[in-house]
Amino acid sequence: MDPGRPALRRGWDVATAAIPAAFVALFFAFPLLAILERGLTSAEGPWLPAGTGGLLWFTIWQAAASTVLTLAAGLPLAWAIGRFRFRGRSLARALVLVPFVLPTVVVATAFLALLPAGYERGIWAILAAHVFFNIAVVTRIVGGAWATIDPASAEAAAVLGAGPWRRAREVTLPQLAPALSAAAALTFLFCFTSFGVILILGGAGRATLETEIYNRAARLFDLQAAAVLSLLQLGAVAVVLAVASVLEARAGAASTLADEDVVLRRPAGRERIAVVTVLAVSALVLVLPLAVLVHRSLGTWGALFHETPALLVEPWQAAVYSVAFASVAALIALAVGGLAALALAKRPPGAADGFVLLPLGASAVMLGFGFLIAFDEPPLDFRSSWWLVPVAQSLVAAPFVVRIVVPALRSIDPQLREVAATLGASPAHAWREVDLPLAGRAFAVAAGFAFAVALGEFGATVFVARAEQPTLPVAIFRFLGRPGAENQGVAAALAVVLAGIAVGAALAAERVADGRGRSL
Amino acid sequence: MKLALASLASLASLALLAAGCGGSGETTPKEVVLVTHDSFAVSKPVKAAFERETGLQLRILQGGDAGEALNRALLTKGDPQGDVFFGVDNNLLSRALDEGLFEPYKPAGLDTVPAQYVLDPEHRVTPVDHGDVCLNTDTGWFAKHGLPAPRTLGELTAPSYRGLLVVENPATSTPGLAFMLATVARYGESGWTGYWRKLRANRVLVVDGWEAAYTAEFSGASGSKGKRPIVVSYATSPAAEVIFASKPLAHAPTAVVADSCFKQVELAGILKGARNGKGARKLIDFMLTERFQADVPGSMFVLPVRVGTPLPDAFTKYAVSSAHPLELPPADIGANRDRWIEEWTRVVLR
Repeated sequence: MDPGRPALRRGWDVATAAIPAAFVALFFAFPLLAILERGLTSAEGPWLPAGTGGLLWFTIWQAAASTVLTLAAGLPLAWAIGRFRFRGRSLARALVLVPFVLPTVVVATAFLALLPAGYERGIWAILAAHVFFNIAVVTRIVGGAWATIDPASAEAAAVLGAGPWRRAREVTLPQLAPALSAAAALTFLFCFTSFGVILILGGAGRATLETEIYNRAARLFDLQAAAVLSLLQLGAVAVVLAVASVLEARAGAASTLADEDVVLRRPAGRERIAVVTVLAVSALVLVLPLAVLVHRSLGTWGALFHETPALLVEPWQAAVYSVAFASVAALIALAVGGLAALALAKRPPGAADGFVLLPLGASAVMLGFGFLIAFDEPPLDFRSSWWLVPVAQSLVAAPFVVRIVVPALRSIDPQLREVAATLGASPAHAWREVDLPLAGRAFAVAAGFAFAVALGEFGATVFVARAEQPTLPVAIFRFLGRPGAENQGVAAALAVVLAGIAVGAALAAERVADGRGRSL
Repeated sequence: MKLALASLASLASLALLAAGCGGSGETTPKEVVLVTHDSFAVSKPVKAAFERETGLQLRILQGGDAGEALNRALLTKGDPQGDVFFGVDNNLLSRALDEGLFEPYKPAGLDTVPAQYVLDPEHRVTPVDHGDVCLNTDTGWFAKHGLPAPRTLGELTAPSYRGLLVVENPATSTPGLAFMLATVARYGESGWTGYWRKLRANRVLVVDGWEAAYTAEFSGASGSKGKRPIVVSYATSPAAEVIFASKPLAHAPTAVVADSCFKQVELAGILKGARNGKGARKLIDFMLTERFQADVPGSMFVLPVRVGTPLPDAFTKYAVSSAHPLELPPADIGANRDRWIEEWTRVVLR
């Protein structure tokens, strides 16, 4: 054996774990701890703000209810996309991403116009909006997993006489279980920390932990209560993630991946009717709010190319800045998240997988505040640097990269790497020749997702974005805040642009992914 | 491998950038940084004029409404994000002054500003604009329903106006706070909660912010699907409806209830610990010049404080400025604001 090899391997291992850890420590843990410390030591007073129990209870049950409903609504679409080949499949996969990246504020106002009178505000409106926003999570994660399940085992069960329900329960469901629990955990997390939807559709006085943290920190400047509630939220999210990863691990590792080309087939007979129905209903639900935005934007597109008092740049330029920032953010997220995924994939599935999502449990306003007070003096005088915007965006995007890439890496037969090593390949070389081609599809999908998530990020971006380089969500928010039909129309038009860019990026990612698929 | 390289490259560039930025604090500043709220705006030629005249770059950091922007400034007190803060109003002024956020400075142009806007005798803040918070009504809605639009605050409790009013929560919104203070100014410490009890019985709708109230609930905003024809907004909102109409309008679609207007003055101050104190003073001076003041209505939809500043047509026609808006002394507001908000929450929301 070459004695240099193990050392090289160890160095590579350490680097794959240390770089993402350092990134998270510097740009997440450090600012968050700074603001929490400031809050907890800032004043005396009741330790837990009054009414916290009710707040926590409402936060939990609305998230649980939203998750159940989202799974129910998303599974048929996941089935159609994960099982069948049909014209427009890539477009359908890209379109489900749209609600996910649009600023919640924009969609919530579109929702307000669509919901029947008497139901515009309150718990039903919240649940409906949460389903709308998170259907992408279920469809993409479960549908993606479905498309890689080898149909052979189900076919074998059919040969052995198992009916369709028994096959679903005993063969397909266990194989889907990891993806299902991952999708459920993510959806729960998003609904648990939901912000814009609760603010606009909840009605006055309706609050979750996240909206109350924002209220205390940004509006009332009660940093102590905000810090206590943030810790509570982080703790609750950590518990949820731990439970989810234990469940996921118990559900078993993903089975060997099959190639989509083998799995996907054209729907036949009654399946055709089912697939068409699912697609039509989903399209209607997903497209209606978007149609409201398009309708609102009519007649104001010209204004995108004029100077306006609302922005220091012409509105269309916000799209350029958005794409630039989101591209950098996606690169950072791919690098950091990809390395973290490599480190994680070496270990068996467990709690660590779940904790990768912890940054999503931090309140955006507290993180933004943390940036302001942590990065204020040399050598960490970053707070007015342009790159803090993509860094803030990558913090929300990187967890997705990890979650998408890790299962793909784990499903690679370790013997392949060992064979490569035996044949004299360095770890990096083996990674390039073995892991990258096999997990390439996952990386491409992760890149598209990371870009889309970064594109839509608002909560933390708004604290660090410069006025002369606004992102689309920031610009949209600024126009929404001004009276007059034209301003409202421009906000809608920019939202349509944002949706268009997201769909374009997702389609491009699909193409790259398919290209990799063919090269296998 | 490509990924590993990309990650290393990006981290390396981050480190380089960090190093680059870290060292720039000590040299003579070439820029002056204005920290402000979302509604701040200045037109490009005016900004360019400032930069040409002073040789300084004007950088603008903005985010949140007036209250949120002020809280961010308080968060970074002593080591501020910028040199000048614009957007503290008379309702929040005491909070900023009590916390010692600003450095005193008396700008040259202050003699052009009427004394009623100069709210701090120590000149820690300089008035820049004023714009009252007023009830707006949907003129078309009232014509269609054959109902006279309300003319006073008191009329809103009448059964004929049941379910027609939408207001912002004073705990979370600047205009919402101003409207609550208007009721305190009108009905006094002993009567204002009783007035709100009647409004509540008359089905007032409370939403969190101006956007939700005006663009989603108010029926008068063009293109809105809202159903309520009375909203808390600004004295200049009818003018904005005309200027930013999608088709040219002969009349403003909305009107102001002059009796409900509450005085709002926006002020700017030099942040303590500013890196560019000299530039900050130049910026404050500039904000009182005729050029900047004339730009204020078109950019920010508020009125200039400098006497004799010409107004755009739509403003003279539609922006009804109440001659005697309701007001309260800033010190009273400062001493009672939080208690009033708590009482309001108890009476209206619980």
